[in-house]
Amino acid sequence: MIDMQDVWKTYPNGTHALKGVTVQIDRSEFVYVVGPSGAGKSTFMKLMYREEVPTKGQISVNGFNLGKLKQRNIPLLRRNIGVIFQDYRLLPKLTAYENVAFAMEVIEAPRKIMKKRVMEVLDLVGLKNKANREPQHLSGGEQQRVAIARAIVNNPSVIVADEPTGNLDPETSWGIMQLLDEINFRGTTIVMATHNKEIVNTMRKRVLAIEDGQVVRDQLRGEYGYEF
Amino acid sequence: MNFNTLLRHFREGTKNVFRNGWMSIASMLSIVVSLSLLGVALLLVLNLDRAADEVDKQIEISVYLNLEIDQAGRDTVEQEIRSMPEVQEVSFVSKEEGLEAMRETLGDAMVKGYEETGTNPLPDMFKVQVIEATTVPFVADKISALNGADPDGPIYEVDYGKGTAERLFQWTQTVRLVGVVLVLALGVMAMFLIANTIKITIIARRREIAIMKLVGATNRFIRWPFFIEGVLIGMTGSAITLGILLYVYFRVELAASGWTSALFTLIPLSDVWLWFSILILGLGFLIGAWGSTISIRKFLKV
Repeated sequence: MIDMQDVWKTYPNGTHALKGVTVQIDRSEFVYVVGPSGAGKSTFMKLMYREEVPTKGQISVNGFNLGKLKQRNIPLLRRNIGVIFQDYRLLPKLTAYENVAFAMEVIEAPRKIMKKRVMEVLDLVGLKNKANREPQHLSGGEQQRVAIARAIVNNPSVIVADEPTGNLDPETSWGIMQLLDEINFRGTTIVMATHNKEIVNTMRKRVLAIEDGQVVRDQLRGEYGYEF
Repeated sequence: MNFNTLLRHFREGTKNVFRNGWMSIASMLSIVVSLSLLGVALLLVLNLDRAADEVDKQIEISVYLNLEIDQAGRDTVEQEIRSMPEVQEVSFVSKEEGLEAMRETLGDAMVKGYEETGTNPLPDMFKVQVIEATTVPFVADKISALNGADPDGPIYEVDYGKGTAERLFQWTQTVRLVGVVLVLALGVMAMFLIANTIKITIIARRREIAIMKLVGATNRFIRWPFFIEGVLIGMTGSAITLGILLYVYFRVELAASGWTSALFTLIPLSDVWLWFSILILGLGFLIGAWGSTISIRKFLKV
């Protein structure tokens, strides 16, 4: 599903964010990416949905060879990847429904199918009755649920989540995690960067630890491994 | 792109105008202000130009002929003047007609004495109109030169209000120059005003566009609703402008009909409204399309 071979990333300012990362992630896996701030986690995540390009090395995601991916084909890759962020990144003037529907409009889905499917995923994330609210009238947890609904509405094979619980209180975080776990259970690969020790240690999954641009630990049912 | 998606872009573009409420109104107002200034300047300049044209047309060359000249000599002079490329029209005024004209301008008393004695001191003359008013002095010199070296040549005197005419040309030229500068300056000002409005909207849109790209939208998909939104705002702004300007011009024309003289009349509204409407609406369309295009182009490269 995701295959990285000796991936290096050096930013124009000279920072070496990744130094020879080789990782394979299979279909339906759930992987936590942990490590100190500035160790290269974010770069690792961004490489998967082609927000950054590697300086050296091979990356393939869901059959797309990212090194050879043409600029105009980037949207095609991203339609197969659901992305979730700490700051939700919803379109501010659109309702919850419209935000989720946007992802389907992009793939030119017929309107009838779209209506049904959007309501279906909003129901799944528990926001069916708040479909007509704009993001600023939703709580942080609710906004993240909308973002998750948007990420899964097109049935992507991979979800890339960069600290999805970073802005949420513990209780809300657990709700989000249960949702992600359920999505993973249905067969979607999930790669999630996190700083949440409790979640990693409780909901045991594969753990990739990145330090100083390198994978220093790759453990099935692993632990968080840091104090905070 | 299928038809449904096209419909979606139009729907989204229209919705965006309302979603961005204040920003849309601000953009529209800046278009109204800019186009109004430009429109007023344009109408003003066109009217001034026309007035200057009218003034120029009043200038003609009077060619007084020698009293002793015969019919053949007169015809030769007329032929020679007519053959000059700058000349538009030559009309003959006989001494009798000259006296008649004198009576009209100066009154009966002045010409009475001549009529009683049966003498007419006036010479025959040609009135010459030229195509381009600025060539009047040149043409006058050319006509004078028809006499050649002969002091008793057919032409007695050439007169075109020397001095007065030159001052008049200078004035009309200045008016034209000021008009062109005014329109250019206001055009540049309008561009800055609109570019500034666009700059503000850019900042608000940067994030939105980045999000759309993350969800897998193509550049074209993102661009369409912005384009439609921009065109709608531009067209609405220019339609409002047009309404205001045409109404004001209509009122001014109405009021002016009372006090304008034959020398200075406004261009009638019926002559200007069509091309003026096309121009203003066209500018509105272009501003909207151009503004929305450049305001997102930068962020599509993410």
